[in-house]
Amino acid sequence: MNSAYAVPAVALVVVATVLVGAFGLRISRTTSDFYVASRTVGPRLNAAAISGEYLSAASFLGIAGLVLVQGPDMLWYPVGYAAGYLVLLLFVAAPLRRSGAYTLPDFAEARLASQAVRRLAGTFVVGVGWLYLLPQLQGAGLTLTVLTGAPDSAGGLIVAVVVTAIVAAGGMRSITFVQAFQYWLKLTALLVPALFLVLAWQGDGGARRAFDEPPAFREQRSVRVDDTLDLRLDRPLTVTVDGTVDGRPHDGTVLRLPAGTHRIDAGTRLTFARGTPVPTAERGSNGGMSTSLAAGREERPLYATYGLILATFLGTMGLPHVVVRFYTSPHGVAARRTTVAVLALIGGFYLLPPVYGALGRVYAPELALTGDADAAVLLLPDRVIGGLGGDLLGALVAGGAFAAFLSTASGLTMAVAGVLAQDVLPTRGVRHFRLGTGLAMAVPLAASLLVGGLPVADAVGLAFAVSASSFCPLLVLGIWWRRLTPPGAAAGMLVGGGSAFVAVAATMAGLPVTGGLHALLAWPALWSVPLGFLTMVLVSLATPGRVPPGTAAILARFHLPEELRAEERRATEERRATEERRAAKDLKAREIEA
Amino acid sequence: MSDFLAGLCIAILPFLALGLWLGRRTARPQNLGGLGTPVEHATFQTLHTASLAAPPLRAGLTEETARRSARRLRTLLGTDALCLTDREGVLTWDGVGGHHRAEIMERLAGPLDSGRGEAFPLTCDHADCPVRWAVVAPLTVDDRVHGALVACAPRESAVLVRAAGEVARWVSVQLELADLDQSRTKLIEAEIKALRAQISPHFIFNSLAVIASFVRTDPERARELLLEFADFTRYSFRRHGDFTTLADELHAIDHYLALVRARFGDRLAVTLQIAPEVLPVALPFLCLQPLVENAVKHGLEGKADTCHIQITAQDAGAEALVVIEDDGAGMDPVLLRRILAGEVSPSGGIGLSNVDDRLRQVYGDDYGLVIETAVGAGMKITTRVPKYQPGVHSAARVLPE
Repeated sequence: MNSAYAVPAVALVVVATVLVGAFGLRISRTTSDFYVASRTVGPRLNAAAISGEYLSAASFLGIAGLVLVQGPDMLWYPVGYAAGYLVLLLFVAAPLRRSGAYTLPDFAEARLASQAVRRLAGTFVVGVGWLYLLPQLQGAGLTLTVLTGAPDSAGGLIVAVVVTAIVAAGGMRSITFVQAFQYWLKLTALLVPALFLVLAWQGDGGARRAFDEPPAFREQRSVRVDDTLDLRLDRPLTVTVDGTVDGRPHDGTVLRLPAGTHRIDAGTRLTFARGTPVPTAERGSNGGMSTSLAAGREERPLYATYGLILATFLGTMGLPHVVVRFYTSPHGVAARRTTVAVLALIGGFYLLPPVYGALGRVYAPELALTGDADAAVLLLPDRVIGGLGGDLLGALVAGGAFAAFLSTASGLTMAVAGVLAQDVLPTRGVRHFRLGTGLAMAVPLAASLLVGGLPVADAVGLAFAVSASSFCPLLVLGIWWRRLTPPGAAAGMLVGGGSAFVAVAATMAGLPVTGGLHALLAWPALWSVPLGFLTMVLVSLATPGRVPPGTAAILARFHLPEELRAEERRATEERRATEERRAAKDLKAREIEA
Repeated sequence: MSDFLAGLCIAILPFLALGLWLGRRTARPQNLGGLGTPVEHATFQTLHTASLAAPPLRAGLTEETARRSARRLRTLLGTDALCLTDREGVLTWDGVGGHHRAEIMERLAGPLDSGRGEAFPLTCDHADCPVRWAVVAPLTVDDRVHGALVACAPRESAVLVRAAGEVARWVSVQLELADLDQSRTKLIEAEIKALRAQISPHFIFNSLAVIASFVRTDPERARELLLEFADFTRYSFRRHGDFTTLADELHAIDHYLALVRARFGDRLAVTLQIAPEVLPVALPFLCLQPLVENAVKHGLEGKADTCHIQITAQDAGAEALVVIEDDGAGMDPVLLRRILAGEVSPSGGIGLSNVDDRLRQVYGDDYGLVIETAVGAGMKITTRVPKYQPGVHSAARVLPE
């Protein structure tokens, strides 16, 4: 990959982000433009901003890699990521906006009037935010490595520093414009190269066998294995080896490996002849975004798929950076319209990564072998088109990928920093927000440096699982069930979210469990979400005396449209005025009688 | 292996946090083990128990607060059962013998009326019921009996009668404090209502005079101004809700500025920088317009040339930052401090101190106005408004579509 074009593209994206963020608001207006200046954010702009913030590294790079390695089953990821907004639209969007809450802890306090539940929700927001930030940093590291060959941690460090600097300096003043800009940037960065790639594929005779049979090399290709891996062969394979296979060193010899499992040491170069089917690699916990949870999937594919569906469908509503964006909508109806627009924008975007995955299976099948499947999106333009055009398109994709890290990371950092500054650090204030920003980024950065080789990209799925098991019960029951009590909410969040978190930690730690238990831990949503709901309901029913006073009024505010409330209030006022007038008349009548 | 360790670290983090929180929640005052004689020790213990029982009662006498304090009170008295009632029924029963509730309520009528304590034996069918005697001590606030504290014991005991009386008196004091808290809240509410901004009479007079001056020369303009005036007064005189949104407040400011511009023409230049993210923020009704009015007044005071006013609203995490700046005459900071402290009454209008008071009432003392000024250096007023504050909801829809 030619970094002469990619590095300037990445730099350009960073600079453009900073400029739009800092100066989007600087366009001053005079009073004659008053209506323009004080126009609230419309549903479409807000939807673009939400989408820009939401489409992260996992969407931009990860899905293509997953499809490349594991085939069309992985399409459940984009489906789930998009469908989460449908659930959000149906059950949460408008009432959440009408609650007046800015963050999830705010919602907990508004609904349950309990500081303890508020703090607990704050803890979970920080936990989910950190889990979600981790893969952004890892993805940035991967991108920069692919582009320039820089060490793994450099990309994460750059994103962390840039985001912390922007957020702490208050540079995200016009965050809506920045994020909307990022959405369109990301869409362009995937759409334009995708069009060229599809055209090239058509001109190429349109190899149509992407998923029908195991992928095969279209030309002689040499693959360098970066991490030691076990190669599983269904049939014998002829390959030229320069390195160590099965413990025996080879130096450019042609080997015929019999069917079975073979160990390839790190640093070995394998050269495959044209037409050779691509062997599958078995991998422990050293894979990238797309290979890590493979083992659990293969054993219990149906369970894993349902776990994934539940986590992504229900987890979206609890993502801290998504929730805060709904505050920007002026009222509940606008929040609902925004969500519909988000569904359209995100649905459109998610059509593209699978295209890259399928083309990657045709043109770059060896990526499944090297563990860099996530780089498929970045490498394809160069591989398929080549030349200057390939370089330019590659640079565009690289810029888009960096936009993905920057926007999601900055949104998450702001959300986590807000909660840290408000609920964890001793007093509120601008300085504490800066401190919170540093803390919000420092922890995932340290974790990403510390756990370098961990399958952290699954952390996105796992963050969804934790969010679905803790915040989904809180939001859905909080909005739709009037008997929810503070102890019930706290217990439900602790049990549901806590158990999901433990499962996540166990998976990330690579606990040596196999079989059913591994699947249970790797895809916790299927049992932890019902557990969270059940605990919340049962504990609430057991503490009927603790239903917060004024629940009926609060729920009425959540559910009644704003105009209706205004009308109701006007009616009340008129009634009061009439009563006063009548009272005055009565008084006068009595005076006359006297 | 390092993967495993790292994962373990991540797994342990939340438990550490939980432990820390629990530890802070349940922290006792320093261990007094080696301090003082046994008698002093017992005193400390008693005072500590009493201090733990106090906070719930400060919220008044309800089932919830009674339940939370009854356990501590029973420890204080060392009885088998303790019950708190209001005038109608038993609020909570802590300890054994809950089946005596009805009997006790029957016997309470007398003490609740007379306000005097009483001890009486209980009749019970259960042979092994440890509750045989009840000591009733009324809870009085301002000479009115609010309820009673009933301590139950196996046998008659003069000590218990005395102790229950003392505890009841202590509880009564807490309830009196709760009453005071309540009246303080009411006072604050009343104060907020009283402080509720009214537009200044000067402004009404000046606006009408300006409109009158246009009626002959430019009837169309006069009509427009009258409509602006109508919109502004409708907003200021509306009676529902104490809170509005930043968007609505800005519109009121726009109407206000249109009227002022009619009077001063080109001498007034206003620049706006509004982040659309903060427009839905709820804030006290008419808390920015007086600041703009102030800026206009100071900006035009003793100056012949144009006065620049800058209104900025920024998004700052969980808060909105609103800055109103003018390049006018400014003010002596000492005088300003005295005005804000209420020592000197301002020269006209409802002024800054009113806005400052209301912001502090609603959001707490951290959220008062921050004013930077000096004589001849203009004035810059900064307010921070939290995006969410319990109990703060804007009254109506932000903007018409």
